[in-house]
Amino acid sequence: MSDNYQRPSRRAERPRAAGASLLQARWTTRLKSWVLHHRQTAKESARRLIKAPWSTFTTCLVLGIALALPSGLYVLLKNVENLSAGWQGAAQITLYLRDAVSDAQGQKLAARLSSRDTIAAADYVAREQTLAEFKQQSGFGDIIDSLDSNPLPAVISVVLADVPDLPKLSEKLLAELDQLEAVESAQLDLAWLQRLYQMMELGRRFAWVLATLLALGVVLIIGNTIRLSIESRRAEIVIVKLVGGTNAFVRRPFLYYGLWYGFGGALCASLVLLIAYYWLQTPLTALASLYADEAEFSGLGVRDTLLMWLAACVLGVFGAWLAVARHLGAIEPR
Amino acid sequence: MIEFDRVSKRYDNGYEALLDLSFRIERKEMVFLTGRSGAGKSTLLKLIMLMERATQGEVRIAGQNLNAMSRRQIPYLRREIGVVFQNHQLLFDRSVFDNVALPLHIAGYRAREVGRRVRAALAKVGLERYEKQNPLTLSGGEQQRVGIARAVVNKPSLLLADEPTGNLDPGLSADVMSLFEQFNQVGVTILIASHDLSLIARLQHRIITLREGRLLSSAVNPGNVR
Repeated sequence: MSDNYQRPSRRAERPRAAGASLLQARWTTRLKSWVLHHRQTAKESARRLIKAPWSTFTTCLVLGIALALPSGLYVLLKNVENLSAGWQGAAQITLYLRDAVSDAQGQKLAARLSSRDTIAAADYVAREQTLAEFKQQSGFGDIIDSLDSNPLPAVISVVLADVPDLPKLSEKLLAELDQLEAVESAQLDLAWLQRLYQMMELGRRFAWVLATLLALGVVLIIGNTIRLSIESRRAEIVIVKLVGGTNAFVRRPFLYYGLWYGFGGALCASLVLLIAYYWLQTPLTALASLYADEAEFSGLGVRDTLLMWLAACVLGVFGAWLAVARHLGAIEPR
Repeated sequence: MIEFDRVSKRYDNGYEALLDLSFRIERKEMVFLTGRSGAGKSTLLKLIMLMERATQGEVRIAGQNLNAMSRRQIPYLRREIGVVFQNHQLLFDRSVFDNVALPLHIAGYRAREVGRRVRAALAKVGLERYEKQNPLTLSGGEQQRVGIARAVVNKPSLLLADEPTGNLDPGLSADVMSLFEQFNQVGVTILIASHDLSLIARLQHRIITLREGRLLSSAVNPGNVR
């Protein structure tokens, strides 16, 4: 396009189509100027935000809190999950053997079971031993002594191996072991663990609901902030349109505002999480160590932090886009 | 360069701003557009800028029929046209330099080229010393010259001006007009809306007069060689 201007005489005799001259610019030139403008706009919009530090900071902090809430909940859930992985040794199936089964048969069965992949250990406890343990633990020693015969069965206590998806697997194993000929009945000591898993599932869904609502909040906050800044730059938008700025050109700084707000929000969220993490780390680790030997309370982690930042930036641009689509079209030179 | 072919413009509220208007402005010509307030001068300029569209008839700029131009093409039309406004339309949140550079940024020029062209434009209007200042600190006449520098910085082949001397005293007005004549001499087509009859009568250019949306006269002053 500029070439035409520098050599007007060349085309002076022919009427030149005003709109068509852009098509004559090579696409590489256009691409370069597009990239250039993106760089300029990114820098310029960041500079404008920094020039109003207080309002930028409060907006980012609000966004940060909205982002930190679901992220924090997610961290908490992740830690409970990690902790419970260490408790899987506690998942036990107790097999009550028929009276007819001899000690030798019982021990053989226990040995056979413990060789399975899904079973960490299987211990045979003979009838006399169960009785002794019961007498010791229950305090009903005298009553039991008065009995003619031992009412207690021999037992194999099966400790499940550390495998993922424990609740489902243990149900399957329970059903299978219950079918064994030597087994009178099999009982799963998993109710509390299942309850925990269900609580965690509930927590996970709650985190999603919270994340969705707060993501909506982030979009609305950014949209509203961008709407205000569109209003405050109305005169500039009119002039830019008058001197040939495309809609994309007018839109671009506001989309970058959205991006920077998202980025700033993510930064604040990371700070909030970091502070909360250091503040809660000691008591939470202490609490966790009551349940597992090597409890360590971990933070959001690099991968999830990056994901949160990405999500925040995407939400920021999306919120800005909504505001721009709604309000920019209405501003035309009159 | 500019052709109006039986153009009418009726606004949504029923107001007939232009009625069956036809005229032609040649390439490299300098023309004044005059008439009382409400005669349709502003509407005419808006049609050229595609700020409004004709309800009837055809407007052609450089051979291109504006009726056939889509919304997406409008920005590229406007880049070919320099416009000077009565109220300058400057931005007071940035320097003189950045005001003048705006059309170049929009057209995607590199920083070095922007600097070169902006300084050349400011030198042309005699304001090269003020490039770092805020336009608010300048006088009305100087602000108008910044507006002119912005209008010509992209080297448009067509320059429009809407009452460019509306707020200026006679001396400054004459300066501004002589600036336009200089641009005209290097081949820019110029259309200036003005009701400053005493000023434009002294300059030897064609005057298009509108009355109530119609063409009243299109007279070339004596001695104007076209």
